[in-house]
Amino acid sequence: MIFAAIVAGGVGTRLGSNIPKQFLMLGNKPIIIHTVEKFLLCSKFDAIYIGIHENWLPYAKDIFAKNNLTSKKIYFSQGGENRNLTIMNIIKDIETKFGESNEHILVTHDAVRPFVTLRIIEENINAAKKFGACDTVVESHDTIVKSDISRTEIENIPNRKYMFLGQTPQSFNMLKLKKLYSELTEEQKQELTDACKIFSIKNQKVSLVMGEFSNFKITTISDYKIAQSLLEIKLD
Amino acid sequence: MINCIYQLTSPGKINLKFENINFNNKVIVRPEYMSICHADQRYYRGKRPAKILKKKLPMALIHECSGVVLQDNSNKFLPGTKVVLIPNILAKNHDDNNKNIYENYEKGSKFRSSGVDGFMQEIIAIDNNRLVAFDYDSDCEINNYIFAITELVSVAVHSVKRFLKNISNNKNNKIAVFGDGNVGFLTALVLRKIIPDSEIIIIGRHEEKLANFSFANKIFLDSEIPENLEFNHAFECTGNTGSYFAINNIINHINPQGTVILMGVSEEKILINTRNILEKGLKFIGCSRSGYEDFLDSVKIMQDKKISKRILNLITFGGNINSISDIHRVFDEVLHVPFKLVFKWNL
Repeated sequence: MIFAAIVAGGVGTRLGSNIPKQFLMLGNKPIIIHTVEKFLLCSKFDAIYIGIHENWLPYAKDIFAKNNLTSKKIYFSQGGENRNLTIMNIIKDIETKFGESNEHILVTHDAVRPFVTLRIIEENINAAKKFGACDTVVESHDTIVKSDISRTEIENIPNRKYMFLGQTPQSFNMLKLKKLYSELTEEQKQELTDACKIFSIKNQKVSLVMGEFSNFKITTISDYKIAQSLLEIKLD
Repeated sequence: MINCIYQLTSPGKINLKFENINFNNKVIVRPEYMSICHADQRYYRGKRPAKILKKKLPMALIHECSGVVLQDNSNKFLPGTKVVLIPNILAKNHDDNNKNIYENYEKGSKFRSSGVDGFMQEIIAIDNNRLVAFDYDSDCEINNYIFAITELVSVAVHSVKRFLKNISNNKNNKIAVFGDGNVGFLTALVLRKIIPDSEIIIIGRHEEKLANFSFANKIFLDSEIPENLEFNHAFECTGNTGSYFAINNIINHINPQGTVILMGVSEEKILINTRNILEKGLKFIGCSRSGYEDFLDSVKIMQDKKISKRILNLITFGGNINSISDIHRVFDEVLHVPFKLVFKWNL
């Protein structure tokens, strides 16, 4: 079976509002609604899980209902302390409801990337089935500079040809993701910034799916303004 | 939901535009196969007058398209149904019961990729009366390519139906088709199907293209039309300067009181011999585009294997569209294919 895990566990309010950014309006609906609507159009999903911080769960349920997102494919899971713990909570809920299987595919995605396209989602599903894990990336147009431990000097400048910027979705064979995560030490877990690293730390292959520059994460005020301009929404 | 629209902003330039769409009572369709029409090429190559380009761009191109239903809020189609998309947008005051005027000629109707965005979009939110379902061949994907060009077939079907409505005597079925391109081929093929006992004469300019009309009774190069050639009715399927030669040849060779169906689009005005039109008492009927009923009939005709195999022979597959540079690639490739280029839309 194929599942989506929309990660919206954060309570970050960097955009000048008390409301976490995934719930801010983009046009006539909240960002997370745009994202989930796109996932719902992909008929390959058997269920779409939304990981939400427990304090925002009633609020999320309200806005889903208000926007007529009442599909039986949608389930809510409790967000964890970080991204990977939210994903692990979702996996736990999926396995409770649908059972454990080596065939399960999990497509994880940030709620705050509403410009994701059906092509990217479909290619993720295909790549996760074929390779066991995949990451969505775009080529880095800027040179990436690696600093030394003091963060004040360049240690080296990797060849840009092999440098990509990571986006989401990141998709996996669910059982393998769970197993590899459980094998990590606490120290390794602390190092993780995303889910693909769970695979790469354990020397497992992760294939690349080409993303789009428009599939950016709405994190800062300027991201939010760019998102609004892309939709030709009049800015205040 | 945020939709991606791939718009031609100026000749040869395609930009991605995002648009928030509301589903309301619409059917949500994912385009799958598309084909480029001459009209799209004229926009892409900047071969329309500057004033028109300024008025109509930016605009997504393509009005020949098939797709799959993802979601239907009107509950007419099941998700997964394969459909042909109709590019006509009905006039606001359109009345289904008014049979006096075809929907494609109605004032206030609009046409995708001619003033409003065409099908080069991630998804299309469309009314359920703008879709016609077809039987998908899951054994052979190639057989499904033909439905991308249903719009073109429906233009041929529309012209033949109007022809039949306008001729008084079905027995005089010696019909000439001028033009050996896509429209000429499909019109002749539809004529053969709908009026099987007709004598079909093809007049064209390209020997290699004329070789495809194996179902026609007679074939002539336009430079070698016999002086004594006669026919009762004619379809003009050339366009541009070809229309001038074709229409005047038709006027010279057609029998009195014949019907002439005009289908070729010309950017310039065409000089025609009106004196002989009057002398022979000819009837001219202009045909362009098509409507829902024509699409229904076309899908039925295309599901006849004898017809679909012939149509498939016209099609060159242009591969997958995974990026904007692939869109530019197919607009270049289409210049080198003899008939239709169909490509798979993945954006």
